[in-house]
Amino acid sequence: MSKDSNQKTYLDVRNITKDFGRFTALRKISFNAGAGEFISILGPSGCGKTTILRIIAGLETQTSGEVVIENREVSNLPVSKRNIGIVFQSYALFPNLTAEQNIAYGLKNQRKNRNVIKERVNELIELVGLAGMSHKYPAQLSGGQQQRVALARAMALSPDLLLLDEPLSALDARVRVKLRTEVRELQKRLGVTTIMVTHDQEEALTMADRILVMNNGELIQNGTPNEIYDKPATPFVADFIGSMNFLTSAEKKDKGVYSVGNHLFQVSDEKSVRNTKLGEKVLMAIRPEDIFVSTNGEQATNEVVSRIRSMEYRGSVFRLVLDLIESGSGDEILEADVSTEKVRRLDLKPDMKISLKLPTERIRVYSPKGSNIYD
Amino acid sequence: MAETALNSAANQKLTLRQIFHGELWLKRLIILLMCIWLLVVVVAPIFQLLSKSLADEDGNFVGLANFVYYFQTPSLSHSLPNSIYVSLMTMVISVSLGFLFAYGLTRTTIKGKGLLKGIAMMPLFAPTLANGIALIYLFGRKGLITRGFFGTFPGIEFPLYGPFGIIFAEVVYTFPQAMLILFIALSITDARLYEASDSLSASKIKTFFTVTLPGIKYGLISALFICFVLAFTDFGAPKVVGGNYNILATDIYKQVIGQQNFTMGAVVSVVLLIPTVIAFIVDRIVQRKQVAMIAARSVPLVPKANRIIDSLFQVFCILIVLLIIGFYSTAVFASLVKVWPYKLELGFWHYNFTGMGGGGYAAFFNSIRMSLLSAVIGTALIFGSAYLIEKVREMKLMRQIGYFLSIIPLALPGLVIGLAYIFFFNARGWEIFGFYVPNVLNPIYGTMAILVLSNIVHFYTVSFLTATTALKQMDIEFEHVSESMGIPFYKTFTRVTVPVCLPAILEIGMYFFVNSMATVSAVIFLYSADIPLASVAVANMDDAGDIAPACAMSVLIIATNITVRLLYSLVTRKLKRRTQAWISK
Repeated sequence: MSKDSNQKTYLDVRNITKDFGRFTALRKISFNAGAGEFISILGPSGCGKTTILRIIAGLETQTSGEVVIENREVSNLPVSKRNIGIVFQSYALFPNLTAEQNIAYGLKNQRKNRNVIKERVNELIELVGLAGMSHKYPAQLSGGQQQRVALARAMALSPDLLLLDEPLSALDARVRVKLRTEVRELQKRLGVTTIMVTHDQEEALTMADRILVMNNGELIQNGTPNEIYDKPATPFVADFIGSMNFLTSAEKKDKGVYSVGNHLFQVSDEKSVRNTKLGEKVLMAIRPEDIFVSTNGEQATNEVVSRIRSMEYRGSVFRLVLDLIESGSGDEILEADVSTEKVRRLDLKPDMKISLKLPTERIRVYSPKGSNIYD
Repeated sequence: MAETALNSAANQKLTLRQIFHGELWLKRLIILLMCIWLLVVVVAPIFQLLSKSLADEDGNFVGLANFVYYFQTPSLSHSLPNSIYVSLMTMVISVSLGFLFAYGLTRTTIKGKGLLKGIAMMPLFAPTLANGIALIYLFGRKGLITRGFFGTFPGIEFPLYGPFGIIFAEVVYTFPQAMLILFIALSITDARLYEASDSLSASKIKTFFTVTLPGIKYGLISALFICFVLAFTDFGAPKVVGGNYNILATDIYKQVIGQQNFTMGAVVSVVLLIPTVIAFIVDRIVQRKQVAMIAARSVPLVPKANRIIDSLFQVFCILIVLLIIGFYSTAVFASLVKVWPYKLELGFWHYNFTGMGGGGYAAFFNSIRMSLLSAVIGTALIFGSAYLIEKVREMKLMRQIGYFLSIIPLALPGLVIGLAYIFFFNARGWEIFGFYVPNVLNPIYGTMAILVLSNIVHFYTVSFLTATTALKQMDIEFEHVSESMGIPFYKTFTRVTVPVCLPAILEIGMYFFVNSMATVSAVIFLYSADIPLASVAVANMDDAGDIAPACAMSVLIIATNITVRLLYSLVTRKLKRRTQAWISK
């Protein structure tokens, strides 16, 4: 796990637990966010990510634990006094108010001068790129435009904390990709601390400074996108983000040496199985894109012979399903992503024998105990 | 929470002012008041009625003695099977006709569907007394049918006074209700099921029993129960054409008004209440299941043309509509005829009401005033409380209690409300655990206020459900967004909720007005001599044998209601044009 960023801590979530009757939705969740940081909470549906967001917002009350914003315990403060902006998945734009009126909605209550309000609204409309749309009703705007209005409205009162609940999931794939960059740029420009809940790993990886992976009400890993992807803390994280091969018949043979059938593999990072004894089973994992494929393999470290069982075309890459020959390990198979160019160059075909290299530093090992990958 | 408090000691302390959140307390206060108000106007009076039925004339508790007496006295207890008989007959006929009519509207390609449906809803605007009066002019001794259209044809005589007349009038009254429920049920059935059935080459009859009927199962049950209860608890029609055929609703009236036997009135009310409550519970369960069925996305069915079936349904629907038109035309015609059936000169003789009992135009305008007040106050109260129940996050238990209390009035027949209100509001005070509590609400007894109140409670639940449905369609996050921006809930309520729900609000207002104009059951116990009402005037003039003016007054009520309904359509249409831009595609 990474250390939290060096910035001044803005939001501090401490030991939050939430029970709904007998069901525990959140179990001792703790994390913090530095000022201006963009944090993404990622997890499958029902993992509690929206609940934690609602607790931070004050729309839900935790069973225990506390939410601290700028060194101030806010657990007993109503939503309206936490100085936050929220964008919901549904946007919740008021249908009977125009884009402009929606954005001005919160400003009106502050007894500000009319011209000041108008100026601020125009500034926001400009900011989210909706010039010319200000007199339209939400129903007359596209999904992406509605999303921008919602964002502008959330930012109108210059909140210190922006909460985004699956803000892009209601949009078309193309618009979504475009808005990712826009939202991220806007957030950087405004410097507002942002917490975004999403179930879309790509969204989290591309937008966030830091990702919190949650499952079953627990915080599983807290790290930068790079750490989460390269060094998933548990098989669950490994499986949830990107693709991962799991070899279940692996065994510890020596310090940094693991076997799969009669193949031996060297592994450089074995921190997560520190307590495993020799001869004990482990879960060995490697991402498909980390497997190096060649036709003229030789006897070298971590290199094995395999047969191409099938090939799946995916545009820029082929996903190869590979049998580990002579491993004596039963049905262990590996999937490897090979660029289309390389497949063409090597003229790879099903049933061909090829050589695989599993780079020592790319292999992860996990203790099999309690590490059901779907946990 | 204690732990949290300890932990937070390290952090900057919040001032009391920051924690104290006025708006939250305001919401709590209003929800609390709402529950108290419902307890006072719904639960307490019913409790009072129940305790009256278990006490003797002097107020001593006698257990079920009054009920034992009731069932041992044939002249009283005969009314129960009578009531059940006419209600069951009404139910079967109404639902059958309603089903065929709704089927024609939804599953065939007959012409003029909108007009047919519009006319079929006519009876909703008429007091049931008017149905009885129209029947007298059709089947009475000097009736149109009995005398063969003033001697043009050989006449046919029907035994009008008794079950025949009651069932006929109740069928007219309940037909549109059955039709509307089944219309909705038939409209929501998924077309894909029919396509699947077709593709499996199932016969038409098999499809009807395996797809159509199961699809409208809940609507059908609901329609059956509602028709039964409406007929079971109606007072107007049997009052006019019941003759010597005793039923529960008229018994309550006779016991209370005729014999001043309030205890027996309460006993009969409880007897009337039992099947109603059962029907209410069944209907609630069924409604919940029906909602679950709608939730799934379905493809609307587009009926295919079929010449034979279409012509059959076209003839049937036109026939029904002509019958309804003929029915009410007879009433209008009769109200204009100088001396039925001898002097057929037309004019407004009977619209003068001078020298008649009942109050004449004063009563008519009182009714309009009462209906307007009921509509305005009722709509505001109900929409406001539905909003709090639906949209507030705090006080879950209180809101659930509020919801439950809002549903109860559906189980209460007007007569029961009226009688319960006499007991409750006329009481000077109560002895509770040795303390004497004076009745602060006593002064409203005999005023316009109690009439309006009884109407609000009488028509509470249907309006409440309309409001709830409209509110449920609005994103709950509207409130959350507003909260996060520090906008108080009442501002969001007036600025967003009310404008967006305006169609539902108008519908509730219209519903209140029309029903308050036509109702007689609750108010007949509660009106005072200085506030006569139109519908009560109809009953009283009919009692006195002044059928023609009674008919004229009924026509005035119907005309007013249809005018209001047309106005409502006009306003809604305008509103729709304005709000078109809000509705997402």
